[in-house]
Amino acid sequence: MKLHLSKAHVIDPVTGTDAILDLRIADGRIERMGPGLPQERGFEVIDMTGKIVTPGLMDMHVHLREPGFEHKETIATGCAAAAAGGFTAIACMPNTNPAIDDESVARYVQEQGRRAANGVVDVLPIGAATKGRSGEELAPFAELAEAGAIGFSDDGAPIASAEIMRRVLEYASMYDLPVIQHAEEPTMVRGGCMHEGSVSLRLGLPGIPRVAEEIMIARDLILLRYIPRARYHVAHISTAESVDLIRRAKAQGLNVTCEVTPHHFTLTDEAVEGYDTNTKMNPPLRPREDVEALKEGLKDGTIDVIATDHAPHTVDEKEVEYTAAPFGIIGLETALGLALTELVHTKVLTLSQLIGKLSTNPRRITSRPPIRLEQGAPANLTLIDPDIEWIVDRGTSHSKSQNSPFGGRRLKGGAIGIINHGMYVSAG
Amino acid sequence: MALQSRHLLGLEGVSAEDITLILDTARSFREVLDRPIKKVPPLQGKTIVNLFFESSTRTRISFELAERRLSADVVNFAASGSSVSKGETLKDTARNIEAMRIDMVVIRHASSGAPHFLSRVVKANVINAGDGQHEHPTQALLDMMTLREKYGALKGLRVCIVGDILHSRVARSNIYGLKTMGAEVSVCGPATLIPRHMEELGVRVYHRLEDIIPRVDVLNVLRIQLERQKSGLFPSLREYHRYFGVTKERVEKAPQPITIMHPGPINRDVELSADLADGEHSVILEQVTNGVAIRMAILYLLGTAQSSERS
Repeated sequence: MKLHLSKAHVIDPVTGTDAILDLRIADGRIERMGPGLPQERGFEVIDMTGKIVTPGLMDMHVHLREPGFEHKETIATGCAAAAAGGFTAIACMPNTNPAIDDESVARYVQEQGRRAANGVVDVLPIGAATKGRSGEELAPFAELAEAGAIGFSDDGAPIASAEIMRRVLEYASMYDLPVIQHAEEPTMVRGGCMHEGSVSLRLGLPGIPRVAEEIMIARDLILLRYIPRARYHVAHISTAESVDLIRRAKAQGLNVTCEVTPHHFTLTDEAVEGYDTNTKMNPPLRPREDVEALKEGLKDGTIDVIATDHAPHTVDEKEVEYTAAPFGIIGLETALGLALTELVHTKVLTLSQLIGKLSTNPRRITSRPPIRLEQGAPANLTLIDPDIEWIVDRGTSHSKSQNSPFGGRRLKGGAIGIINHGMYVSAG
Repeated sequence: MALQSRHLLGLEGVSAEDITLILDTARSFREVLDRPIKKVPPLQGKTIVNLFFESSTRTRISFELAERRLSADVVNFAASGSSVSKGETLKDTARNIEAMRIDMVVIRHASSGAPHFLSRVVKANVINAGDGQHEHPTQALLDMMTLREKYGALKGLRVCIVGDILHSRVARSNIYGLKTMGAEVSVCGPATLIPRHMEELGVRVYHRLEDIIPRVDVLNVLRIQLERQKSGLFPSLREYHRYFGVTKERVEKAPQPITIMHPGPINRDVELSADLADGEHSVILEQVTNGVAIRMAILYLLGTAQSSERS
């Protein structure tokens, strides 16, 4: 594959590039990069006027469901959705069956990733923090790290015991990998299925209070101060107070990072009216004031990462009573469009800041080498059209599942395609 | 005259005109109930299924009586011993109903929003007979009918709902309906059993019966369930009775007469003292009679509007 990307707006927060340039890509590398490069024979030209080239995007929070739940998603369909959404790398959570809590499962997941779509999307396993994600005994972090794990988490379940969390942070600190916490105080959830507030009151649905998330973050930050060598990453934060806790901890120099999902910065709990189970996720959609605080946290850098929490469930699993439905929605194919529509076109973030949160920061947090857009570097790229207007059609999803609340939503901006390992895959 | 919706899913958003139409219609059916021959023909040839996924005796019997008195064909479906206990989903149950050409569905379900879900997947009219902690619209309508019969109008009437508001669908439906009709509504109960943001529904919140009793015309007393004690929401039935029990002593301190309501079944001498339940100001049995009339009115208004639509 030889490509000549002409007149592309190249944005690379790592090298500080922000200019209109041509890139010639051959043998999986950026052969040349510069303004107005001459066209050479054998290169297919893609006119990138008005379009963007960035380091390949990474989604550090994805549920691929394989092994164990292949009726919801497989690594192949998950990778196809990732490629269509503009991601060249995805980190997959260990809540599979068996869980990714030993070397064999970690290696299996990566092997399946290399087979999916010829391995154009890098599949990076997150190891379980505790054996079987049961919150009781430490998972073998060294073995998992050696087998390619890029962090540790019991996601879906919090690491509830303070004692176990302390030991998880201590043990993981030896390997310079993050502990990713699904922050939720389990005793306060009690069958809750949406945000506890005026909407849950009217709908008569049991609520999950904000404080359930905030208490767990506060506890973990106190532990982190006690174990400062550790690295702590909070998954999918959803409340104003969570943003504030992390902002203050960062100001104190603690090793804490966090992520937000596109649905938490786009939708409010009012979306639950009508009982559409595609609005049921954990943490739940929050009221407007939290959404605004999340945007503020994105803007001032408190929130490092945008990650999808892509969580496929089949139609039959979701088309049930609201209280009985499983938590989670898919997100790989709508993330970039929602981020551009809700954050960039509304001037919450610059394009460069957005790329930081979708590429540079997730790689830094998971100790991946940075992608540099420069001559001779491997071509790991995402091509973006920031202005294309499109309507989300769940029926054309590459994922095996269609559980998205965004069907029919009009978005501005999306992926054109990705380049990785010498391959070009066009989105759509 | 016809209702604005072809389902009765809740009272939130239902207009004062529609509520008045239902109450007026129920009044004429109430007269039918006092006749020696209590059957009228408007739903002849219609098939109604009572889908009770949660156990209920009085609501189901009340609906069934209403259906039979309107000459409908009635099928009862209870969750225990049915395909539901064999793992059938609500969606499959709904599809089966559809395949059997049922005209109207009355549903009671432990999950809030289940009637809404059903209304999206079947063509039949759906009537909510209580969904989770959400709404119980026919109960609130029969409560309003009882009060309107007694006071002539609902506007300005001062009603306090006492007890476990958090888990109560009766409370929510009463609040929506009474507020729409211009009544003044308050709630009283332990802080752990009153949801946050309650004031946003336009009601005042009290935690002491002594504070509210002097200011109301009506106390609607809710059943307290022992299981809430086990989940840490109140200390004991003894303590509940002592501080939140509606008793003759408490009520008699008020200068004005206070009407006593209860949706049943009553825990006598727990949330409500037996002497009040059976006393001269109790309208609890009136509520039961009016329940049949209200359900006849709903079934009639929805069932007959549908056939004229189709013709």
